[in-house]
Amino acid sequence: MSGARAPVEFDLAVGDTRSLNRSLHDAAPDGGAPPRWRIRNPGGRHALCVGMDAEAALEVFGHVGYYCGGMNQAAHIVIHGNAGPGVAENMMSGSVRVKGDASQSAGASGRGGLLVIEGNASARCGISMKGIDIVVAGSVGHMSAFMAQAGHLVVCGDAGADLGDSIYEAVLFVRGSVGSLGADCIEKEMTDGHVERLGGLLAAAGVEADARSFRRYGSARRLYHFHVDRADEY
Amino acid sequence: MCGIVGLYAKNPELRPRLGELVSPMLVELGDRGPDSAGIAFYRRPAERGGSKITSHHEDPGYDWAALRTALAAECGSDVGLEVRASHATLTCGLPPERAERWFAGQHPELRVMSAGDTIELYKEKGLPEEVVSRFGFREIDGTHALGHTRMATESAVTTEHSHPFSTGLDLCLVHNGSLSNHNRLRRELRRRGVAFQTDNDTEVAAGYLTWRLREGDALDEALEAANDDLDGFYTFAVATRDGFAVLRDPIACKPAVLAETEDWVAMASEFRAIAPLPGADRAEIWEPAPGRVYRWGGASS
Repeated sequence: MSGARAPVEFDLAVGDTRSLNRSLHDAAPDGGAPPRWRIRNPGGRHALCVGMDAEAALEVFGHVGYYCGGMNQAAHIVIHGNAGPGVAENMMSGSVRVKGDASQSAGASGRGGLLVIEGNASARCGISMKGIDIVVAGSVGHMSAFMAQAGHLVVCGDAGADLGDSIYEAVLFVRGSVGSLGADCIEKEMTDGHVERLGGLLAAAGVEADARSFRRYGSARRLYHFHVDRADEY
Repeated sequence: MCGIVGLYAKNPELRPRLGELVSPMLVELGDRGPDSAGIAFYRRPAERGGSKITSHHEDPGYDWAALRTALAAECGSDVGLEVRASHATLTCGLPPERAERWFAGQHPELRVMSAGDTIELYKEKGLPEEVVSRFGFREIDGTHALGHTRMATESAVTTEHSHPFSTGLDLCLVHNGSLSNHNRLRRELRRRGVAFQTDNDTEVAAGYLTWRLREGDALDEALEAANDDLDGFYTFAVATRDGFAVLRDPIACKPAVLAETEDWVAMASEFRAIAPLPGADRAEIWEPAPGRVYRWGGASS
């Protein structure tokens, strides 16, 4: 059997969060075609569509609360609305797309996959990211990419204060202004290789922007080791 | 944690339904604050020059009718009485300051929860859902209301430590977060003549605004000064006789969502509290920016 399956409708005005997530987890692949779901009336509830571990196409119509799409593995989730704190936190693979704005800590600790935010993201976007790629069509708030370890954060608008504070090896691309750079975060050269990599991310996210108009930021690697310059004074 | 809700009826047609609309908002955030809950309603102003006092007594058999008679003798005119569970609101012809002095002098067994000409404030220990039913919040009308569900971190779980806090005439404040410099500020504000009933950090924030407004600040100015002088984590919602404002600290760990339609402005810790409001699906919705004051009405407060 091939081709797309007819979408299953789930109305959260009738069913609760637990029964939704259980239904999503129990939906067995049907002859190889990934299941499709349309989820209505999320009403800002928490932890919708979390813990997916197989390919599926999920669409949520409305605004969601905390941790939507958390721990996602392989599924593709589209939120037709705003997302509360921690959207796609700890994502492993697959994708989450927010058509509206995202609250703080979007993509926190994510290890893989692609998070696209078509609006703005607020503070701490990509905090402690560990391999996830995040593309924000709008702007991000303060302390974004705090302690970011791996992956890419692409910001088509502006970044707030203290971008990339205590960053490890994540790569940050910002097109607009940066409020300020956090500790140990510096601007770095944008090579042809980086332009190509960024072009790929923008294309994957379906966001139109000229990769050459971005600047790159990353770690100065001065916090990796303890400095003993003043050890004699103690 | 804690939960905050606020609702400001721009359309006068919503005013009779204010309690019916704000009560489910409070109940929805019950799991953010199961220790206690309260709402300050702004409604039915006293006649010009008169006042409204909401006071509390633990004894369910407290003789509020006798209190009304005594207050009527003091003012020489009729006194309105509305009893709600452990609280009662008395409306009389005395100016607010005189009425407050009378309560403090003649009835020290009562705790005055709010004073002014428009505010009524009801708060209690218990699950928000139970508190809503006990006070009959769903039946209360008004122009605007601020509510709070509390998960205590800084001080005891009692009725008097519950939010909202009112420390000045017709002013009230609710808070999600914790303040770290409240002891020093409380001492300074006491020296400036601001009275406090508890050791709670949020009451200090309310007292701080009372002091700034008394010194002549507009509500926005008072909140901007609070941004400099209050240390800690906070999302505040503040109400005055005719105004409503929201402020988050610059670090902005504590959540907040604002929504506005032609008919209302709503504020809540989370969108799920706003979702059931009529027209929420068409509302403009945004997260208030860190350190920025948002205000509706109350320009003269």
